[in-house]
Amino acid sequence: MDDALFLARAQFGLNIGFHILFPTLTIALGWFLFGFRIAYQRTRDPAWLATYRLWVKVYALSFAMGVVSGITMSFQFGTNWPRFMTSVGAIAGPLLSYEVLTAFFLEATFLGVMLFGMNRVPDWVHITSTFLVAFGTTVSAFWILALNSWMHTPTGHVLDGNQWIAADWWAVIFNPSFPYRLAHMLLASALTASFVIAGLSAWRLLRDRFDNGARWTLRAGLLAAAGVIPVQVFVGDLHGLNTLEHQPAKIAAMEAIWNTERGVPLVLFAIPDEKHKRNDYAIELPYGASLILKHDARAELKGIDAFPDHPPVAPVFFAFRAMVGIGVLMLVIAWWGVWITRKKRVPPPWALWIFAAFTFSGWVATLCGWIVTEVGRQPWLVTGVLRTADAVGDVSGAALGASLTGYILTYATLFVAYMVVLTHLSGKGADKVKEEPTAAGFAAAKGTD
Amino acid sequence: MDLPLIFMVLMGVSVLAYVVLDGYDLGVGMLMPAATDDEQSFMVSSIGPFWDANETWLVLGVGILLAAFPAAHGIVLQALYLPVVAMLVGLMFRGVAFELRVKAEGWHRQMWNWLFWAGSFLASFSQGFMLGRYITGFDQGFGYWLFAMLVGASLCGGYVLLGAGWLILKTEGELQKKAVKWARWGLLWVALGVALVSLGTPLVSETVRDKWFDFPRTLWLMLLPAATLAAGWWLWRSAALAGGRSDWQPYAAGVTIFTLAFLGLAYSLFPYVVIDRMTIWEAAAHPSGLKVVLAGAAVVLPFIVGYTILAYRVFRGKASRSLYD
Repeated sequence: MDDALFLARAQFGLNIGFHILFPTLTIALGWFLFGFRIAYQRTRDPAWLATYRLWVKVYALSFAMGVVSGITMSFQFGTNWPRFMTSVGAIAGPLLSYEVLTAFFLEATFLGVMLFGMNRVPDWVHITSTFLVAFGTTVSAFWILALNSWMHTPTGHVLDGNQWIAADWWAVIFNPSFPYRLAHMLLASALTASFVIAGLSAWRLLRDRFDNGARWTLRAGLLAAAGVIPVQVFVGDLHGLNTLEHQPAKIAAMEAIWNTERGVPLVLFAIPDEKHKRNDYAIELPYGASLILKHDARAELKGIDAFPDHPPVAPVFFAFRAMVGIGVLMLVIAWWGVWITRKKRVPPPWALWIFAAFTFSGWVATLCGWIVTEVGRQPWLVTGVLRTADAVGDVSGAALGASLTGYILTYATLFVAYMVVLTHLSGKGADKVKEEPTAAGFAAAKGTD
Repeated sequence: MDLPLIFMVLMGVSVLAYVVLDGYDLGVGMLMPAATDDEQSFMVSSIGPFWDANETWLVLGVGILLAAFPAAHGIVLQALYLPVVAMLVGLMFRGVAFELRVKAEGWHRQMWNWLFWAGSFLASFSQGFMLGRYITGFDQGFGYWLFAMLVGASLCGGYVLLGAGWLILKTEGELQKKAVKWARWGLLWVALGVALVSLGTPLVSETVRDKWFDFPRTLWLMLLPAATLAAGWWLWRSAALAGGRSDWQPYAAGVTIFTLAFLGLAYSLFPYVVIDRMTIWEAAAHPSGLKVVLAGAAVVLPFIVGYTILAYRVFRGKASRSLYD
């Protein structure tokens, strides 16, 4: 791999990896906020108002982080992958445009009303704005995952001259992997937000055991997580079977299967050796992979040897194990958490510490999942249509290196600041929220409530 | 139907909307060091509900460039690679500093205030610099780089003008009086910038020269600079009347100046998307994709305009110290 290609990939990977953290949180957190807002409307309980106010600040900050890193991405499509657009632009362009038109303006505009308009507009307008922000982020996920899925499993396209164009938009959007990927990602978002809510609430309870709002949100986060994880396991399995059908080379890399054979064992752990095409120090479950992937212990599975174009094995293999491993831990913790918080109990400090430690587990799992699927698509940018190496531009290695350094410094600064503020918000910040007025809304502001 | 032409207009409208809307955000950001702590709170809350949506016009603009003129997108963004990165870094710091400065205390707050200013400045300067590089067709040479730097500086002045106009509209009392002074300084900068670009482009490109100096068409074209002068005079006069029912006028006059300058520039460049190198028809994407985008835009853009107006109505009137009131 030459330097420019490596740097272009490193830079784009860094950017997209940083960016995805924030939408992953905000897509589902928007729906949680909508729930908190409704809860305040129904109960008029100051604790729900404080909860809403606290999380709306977390939301505002996360949203801003997502917006600024997202704008960077819209430029990097052109700077890093110019031939992506000249080759498949007639398909990618409309999908991206629809995301901007139907989602970005909607969420950004109503975010202003949601954040600052609570005392300026009637309650129903404020509730609708909160809904539209959550709805906008979800629509955004729809379009961008339609494009991403099309890049994995393209259908509905034809070649016209030297450009790929859509012959059937329905087939382009609802390509084979799209329903699974969309569901998998939205559930990942739900889990990420649930654990962030539970984790920061636990952090809050460690400071103040009698914070009612934090007790409710801890319970809400754990309950949501406990309910969503089994669904995610089910959807993840379907997604895997879909990948086996459409991108078998990715599955071979995920499971580190080098040779096509029958009755393939499940590799629990190993160090894949790319050079000799074998696994070192392997711990295997006999017939496991055949059983999981084909539901038949004797079934044949294609190995890396069957694919002239295949992704690098080690990163895909390890990232997949990390994702599943964290997922299992999250499942255990969520179920145990629901049990330990039953009947309005506040868990003991050591348990709260565990929830706090798992605050960002969803992020780690999501990043691992994206590494599996994106590295697993290599060497293709669009499977069978466009190679990553053919999409790279003419920007010099020096310019890429300089800007990469700039991005790394910027993202590191932003990330540290984000973490400091989150810790502050669930600590001192939450104390301050409590000093704010205990009623809000149009009527309260006008003094008629 | 001439799709590339339609998309050129759409892209122009998006970029102009971005410039006049995020322009006031960035201008307010650049004016921060000139204000007291208390005034800064009013300034930030005057742009708080809007900056996010304002920035989305940039995404739409670059999105149309990407979707409708992919060949030009590659050339332009690769030629402007480093200033684009500088702008993005500036926008990132500006955007998050907005959220973070409210939550920070002590020296942290000072740091984010500074980054808010620095980010606004870096983004504005880079945008002007890119404009300077763009209209000279990315030519190399000391003179061209100097020209781009000067355009960068004068766009900062232009955004300061918009920011000051916005503050005259959204504030009152001492701060408003300060904003009047800022607006007048900004106007001088803009005059310099517009003069630079107007003289620079014909010098650099024969195509542009031929378009402007072609009697008797030139006489008609002189309406543009004349109207710009009139708008400048309007701004100067209406700023003096600040504190009454005409508070909207300085910002409106600023928008008028930017619109006229934009029209002049559009006339110079058309039909090129990369000057003297690539026309909009040569750069255009495949018509099948463009039709789909156009259909979507025709349906959705009226809604966007509608709810944008709604949001501005919700937050009409003078800004208060705290956003959450």
